[in-house]
Amino acid sequence: MKKDRRDFLNTCFRFVAGAGIVGVAGVLAVKSQKGDFLWQLDPAKCTQCGRCATSCVVTPSAVKCIHVYDMCGYCDLCGGYFRPNVKNLSTGAENQLCPTGAIKRSYVEDPFFKYEIIDELCIGCGKCVKGCGAFGNGSLQLQVSHDLCVNCNQCAIARDCPSDAFSRVPIEQAYKFAGFKTNKKI
Amino acid sequence: MKKSLAFISLLIFFVGMEFAAFSQQQRFPKPEFESGYAQPVTSMPVPRDGMFALLDVLVLIAVLSLITWFILKKRSRTGVVAVSIFSILYFGFFREGCVCSVGSVQNVVLALFNPGYHIPLSALAFFVIPLAYTLFFGRTFCAGVCPLGAVQDVFLMRPVTLKKWLQKALGLIPFIYLGLSVLYAATATDFIICRYDPFVGIFRFNATFFMFAIGAAFLLISIFIARPYCRFFCPYGVLLNLVSRVSKNHLTITPSNCIQCKLCENSCPLDAINKPVVVKQMEDKRSATRRFILLSLIIPALMIVGGWTGANFHENLAKVNSKVRLADEMLHFDSKTMKESLEIEGFRTSGKPVEQLYLEAAEIVKQFYYGGWILGAFIGLVIGLALSGLSRYQYREDYSPDKGACVSCARCLKYCPVEK
Repeated sequence: MKKDRRDFLNTCFRFVAGAGIVGVAGVLAVKSQKGDFLWQLDPAKCTQCGRCATSCVVTPSAVKCIHVYDMCGYCDLCGGYFRPNVKNLSTGAENQLCPTGAIKRSYVEDPFFKYEIIDELCIGCGKCVKGCGAFGNGSLQLQVSHDLCVNCNQCAIARDCPSDAFSRVPIEQAYKFAGFKTNKKI
Repeated sequence: MKKSLAFISLLIFFVGMEFAAFSQQQRFPKPEFESGYAQPVTSMPVPRDGMFALLDVLVLIAVLSLITWFILKKRSRTGVVAVSIFSILYFGFFREGCVCSVGSVQNVVLALFNPGYHIPLSALAFFVIPLAYTLFFGRTFCAGVCPLGAVQDVFLMRPVTLKKWLQKALGLIPFIYLGLSVLYAATATDFIICRYDPFVGIFRFNATFFMFAIGAAFLLISIFIARPYCRFFCPYGVLLNLVSRVSKNHLTITPSNCIQCKLCENSCPLDAINKPVVVKQMEDKRSATRRFILLSLIIPALMIVGGWTGANFHENLAKVNSKVRLADEMLHFDSKTMKESLEIEGFRTSGKPVEQLYLEAAEIVKQFYYGGWILGAFIGLVIGLALSGLSRYQYREDYSPDKGACVSCARCLKYCPVEK
């Protein structure tokens, strides 16, 4: 008789637990959206602090500098390529801002130069992005490269980002590019 | 005269507008190339795992069904080991430990508390499906589908039995961990389970030294102590434990009737086999009543004390939140003696007013105050129920698995001499 009572209680609790699971699943399934979300950073908020290079769980970081060619001014003196106060505008390593030499500078036509990012070398430190934003059009922008990003449940960079630039974005809008830099003084 | 003045001022206004619009454009407009230069395309690599989300759920269902069949129908430990190795390889090394059921608790909580967050269907499926299976078949998910459990299980070589009191005391940690992770997920602060996941760094061959050391320590310990993370830390294990207690078809040690041969007695590395009670001795009515009254006084008292303690620590708990930390930093910032931190610099460039930040931070701290009460009361309740569980007398004739603690690893099965 005693065993029956225990069984009965178990059955009751089983139904309660089942109802709870179904309830949570139902409520959230309605709210849930098809397709996964990805992490992306908003270049408009980014302050190029350099933590993208160090905080990512992937080494080197899944954040890369992406060149938005449509915005590039093809400057001879590129603020994203050269260190400030360079002696001569050559591709010498001592002149380059990039710590890994990940920007390839090549001549297009007088007086324009093309700048390409070599993804394998880029560590996402954002030094060139800062330079380009300060002196140029801001065509160099940091973005999460989704072929490298493992899409952690909680992005480690988002946690460390000082300017709250990271957010989850729907898969259809996987990249966020900022518009042209204005002459407005920051 | 007046009219012309108005006209001129309007003209100046328009020119000004025009200039403003111009200044919105590039500093260095893109040149018109004459040499026929073709501009490269801006690279936007496609996400690598769009379709994996669905595949993961299908694999999860398939593997869960398979291991349940191995445990309950085939009663085969070999099958469990095979599935464990597959899970370690697939969910662990191939999928790099994300998304996992243990972490999905936080996605669910965040989605319940934040209307703006849409939980991915895969995360929801990873939360619900193992719970549903557990409700019917016990913790077969823990047995070998969860890569975190499986990787510890394959390391177990020389199981040592821990003292009962130590097991009970350490067994409270998962509840505290669950409470904390729910609090931090509900306030959209952080996903602490993911942050302090000891094995994900090993699965990715990539971790900070600290996390790698913790992962390695867990694996070393699990050579001797079965599944230290599952038993003494895993927050999802708490939910599975509770659901498993009322599961319908839980694994039984014997396929038929227990003959009390004691062969299985020491076979369980998790110490999850309940032994038969030698003498059927009922507690007398008076002492039972007294115990009941005492417990019904102690449990609310523990809850109140716990809640009060939690509420007193709410500011420390809130410090984890980046917004609260920033507001705190701004409040104590002295531009003469201190250097601007990156956070303050980032906040200044965003151009948001400080007052707004303070208001938002105060709101979050308030959430933590209530959260502290709830968390503390929850921990008090758990301790109280653990006490009442320890003082409860239960008569048992046969060797049977403790349905809550048993992870259905199927080690005990081959010790049973009874044939079907």
